[in-house]
Amino acid sequence: MMSNPDCSHCGLPLGSLGEVIPGPTPDLNFCCPGCAAAHDLVAGLGLDQYYQRRVLDNDARRIKPDDSQDGLEFSLYVEEKEKSGHPQSTLSLVIDGFHCAACGWLIEQVLARDSRVTWGRVNMTTQRLNVTWTGPATLANDILAPIQTLGYRLFPFDVERVEAERLARETDLLKAMGVAGFAAANVMLLSVAIWAGYSQGMGPATRGLMHWISALIALPAVVYAGRSFFRSALTALAARRVNMDVPISLAVILTSAMSLFQVITGAEYAYFDSAVGLLFFLLIGRYLDSRARSRARSSAAHLLALTARPVTVIKTDGTTMSMRPEAVAHGMTVLTAAGERISVDGTVLQGASDIDQSLLTGETLPVAVTTGDPVYAGTLNVGQALQIQVTASSSETALAEIVRLLEQAEEGRARHVELAERISRLYAPVVHILGLATFVGWLLAGATWQTALLYSIAVLIITCPCALALAVPAVQVVAAGRLMRRGILLKSATALERLADVDAIAFDKTGTLTIGQPTLSGDYQTFDLQLAMNMAAASRHPLSRALVRAGAARGLVVDVTKAWTVEEIAGGGLQAMVDGETWKLGSQQFCAVSDQCLERAGTAENTGPQLWFCRLGLEPVCFRFEDELRTDADQVVGQLAGMGYYLSILSGDRTAAVKALATRLGLFDWLAELSPGDKYQWLTDKAAKGQKVLMVGDGLNDAPALAAAHVSLSPATAADISQAASDAVFQGDKLLPVQEVLTVAKRAQTIIWQNIGFAFVYNGICIPFAVAGMVTPLFAAAAMSISSIIVLTNSLRLGKIQ
Amino acid sequence: MENLVYLIVIALGLGGLGIFGLFWSIRSSQYSDMDGAANRILYDDEFDSTPKAGAE
Repeated sequence: MMSNPDCSHCGLPLGSLGEVIPGPTPDLNFCCPGCAAAHDLVAGLGLDQYYQRRVLDNDARRIKPDDSQDGLEFSLYVEEKEKSGHPQSTLSLVIDGFHCAACGWLIEQVLARDSRVTWGRVNMTTQRLNVTWTGPATLANDILAPIQTLGYRLFPFDVERVEAERLARETDLLKAMGVAGFAAANVMLLSVAIWAGYSQGMGPATRGLMHWISALIALPAVVYAGRSFFRSALTALAARRVNMDVPISLAVILTSAMSLFQVITGAEYAYFDSAVGLLFFLLIGRYLDSRARSRARSSAAHLLALTARPVTVIKTDGTTMSMRPEAVAHGMTVLTAAGERISVDGTVLQGASDIDQSLLTGETLPVAVTTGDPVYAGTLNVGQALQIQVTASSSETALAEIVRLLEQAEEGRARHVELAERISRLYAPVVHILGLATFVGWLLAGATWQTALLYSIAVLIITCPCALALAVPAVQVVAAGRLMRRGILLKSATALERLADVDAIAFDKTGTLTIGQPTLSGDYQTFDLQLAMNMAAASRHPLSRALVRAGAARGLVVDVTKAWTVEEIAGGGLQAMVDGETWKLGSQQFCAVSDQCLERAGTAENTGPQLWFCRLGLEPVCFRFEDELRTDADQVVGQLAGMGYYLSILSGDRTAAVKALATRLGLFDWLAELSPGDKYQWLTDKAAKGQKVLMVGDGLNDAPALAAAHVSLSPATAADISQAASDAVFQGDKLLPVQEVLTVAKRAQTIIWQNIGFAFVYNGICIPFAVAGMVTPLFAAAAMSISSIIVLTNSLRLGKIQ
Repeated sequence: MENLVYLIVIALGLGGLGIFGLFWSIRSSQYSDMDGAANRILYDDEFDSTPKAGAE
């Protein structure tokens, strides 16, 4: 029987990491000792069903156990409480490596096997874990160790602080919606009876009873469900502004008040159904809208939590301790393990390593550092452990500076006024003046004040911004739903409006137009590739990994029988002793490649990264790499240009690399070697010239530019802060979502204008009748419902258009 | 006509029950993990038997 070519625990292809460890049965094979141990743990607990049940998600990180979480002290984040004499500890965590429901099941089962744990539950929507156990906080690492052994990474996450407020607001909306729905349904049922009663001769006593019951249901519901509207309207009025909630609140309050007055005086008509119906429809829109956006926001918060991790400080007596990053002071010595993100600015005190600065500079390849070199917070130590002397921590780091620039840029954007807001600023005063004019007019014409008031209220009811208030949110909800199905999350309420009037697009290069990962290009001798791959398997450097990937893609397997001792020289490459010879795989300087060789290999004008493979007495082999374009980049860029957008590339990468890419895509406006500040400046300059630029970027170095742009997009692989800064996030490794989001935004804007146009036409026809006192209540009720339904139906079209 | 009185009371009572149910389900955070609820049902009773209820 042919055994499965993938690791039985993490699902990575076997041999991709240089070894294959056979399991207890022939069909079990593991790629590393970590996976074998994890499988042992799962099988030992009798949970092997996990492997049948799970569905691996190719976008999620593989659950490959590693030591990257060593030294992470969870107890710092535990909330400890006293409960009936025993300490009880609670901890919230974000899970990294979550694939499907089976992962949630496995984690909960593993925790349940621990008798100290009293509560362990995974929230599968947000991929978070809540654990409570009896005992002191210091048990945290001990309790969570098995989960880390399985290959999940856990990050402390303070839910209360980050999300409590948003959650409370959403719960409030949901409750208000439930109450309004209940009231609307019941009042409408009663109304049907009342309307039918007009033609079937319902007696005044019965009608009065029905009206009183309606009032009893509707009035408390209006007070409860309308709170958020009333509050927002009051806030706006206090600031001497008018927003959409002012006419909504006024219409609801006036309708209810007048209906109550009618019921008390025993009049024929009451309009409680209109008041609660309006509130119900509006609340549905608001709730859906807030859920769509909080989903995007919580994924950003999730990512932010991944970087907030404790720092290992070396004390003067040589011992180490764990500290929260904000507590680290100047002059302290910090230990950064291999594979760990550096969380302070400082200089290297001891050690040599490669630092991946892509978060700060957008540059894909690591930079070599050694004693005395500066390192920055947010960068990743990919080589060996480093001791760093802190020169700046938390808010003083270069990273924090970028974040400040970002906040500054976001303040500017807050000035964008929503379309609905702008319309209501015009609309609300006109409606209110009209109502007043009707009242005064009828008084002057000799009507009693009751009649005059009734007519003026009719004007307010008929112009009640039902259609207008739904015109924008209904479209936004439908658009957000459609985009979400295509893997695009809209984070900002005004993003669609701003996307619709974009006239230029600026792309970042690495990670946006390209995949952001080096890929081996060109043809090589299989023998050379095999040998180089055997060496590269020992290293975590991106180029080594790319080489191993490329080998695996060509059907090669790392030969583990050749137990070479491979040594990694930071900033240089790999060195191995084979049969008494030294083999080298690394940079041109490291391998001491002569100029003649360079010429023969024809790599003089090659712009991409390279690895040289040298064996004694043999011609050195040059492996060339390039950062691959997203598969559909060519096509999408062409189509966007065809749609009339002005396209530019803003990159922090080297000039040659950017030029090559721009030429390939046929773009002539490109800028290279830009700092985060330069990009920000470029965008503010464009904005000052009145150009509306869509910025698409992923790196942390793009974050200020993303916030400064008229509107911004980032891929889901982007740095956490960049995702937080952009208006929408798209998933997948295609560029097509950029085009999709622009098309949908334009369509949405057209439909919004149709809705608004319709609402105005409707008002234009009805207002004269209302002012003339000719609107019967039945007519008003019908006209209002029909106008709302038309607006909603029109908005739903957006979901269907191809 | 007296039937009407009973019917209205019953209708309101049922509606009230619905609202009570909604508030109760919101309070016991049944809306906070919709994906989880959808998946947990596929695992028979194994989910229930394990995380010992109590805290939270």
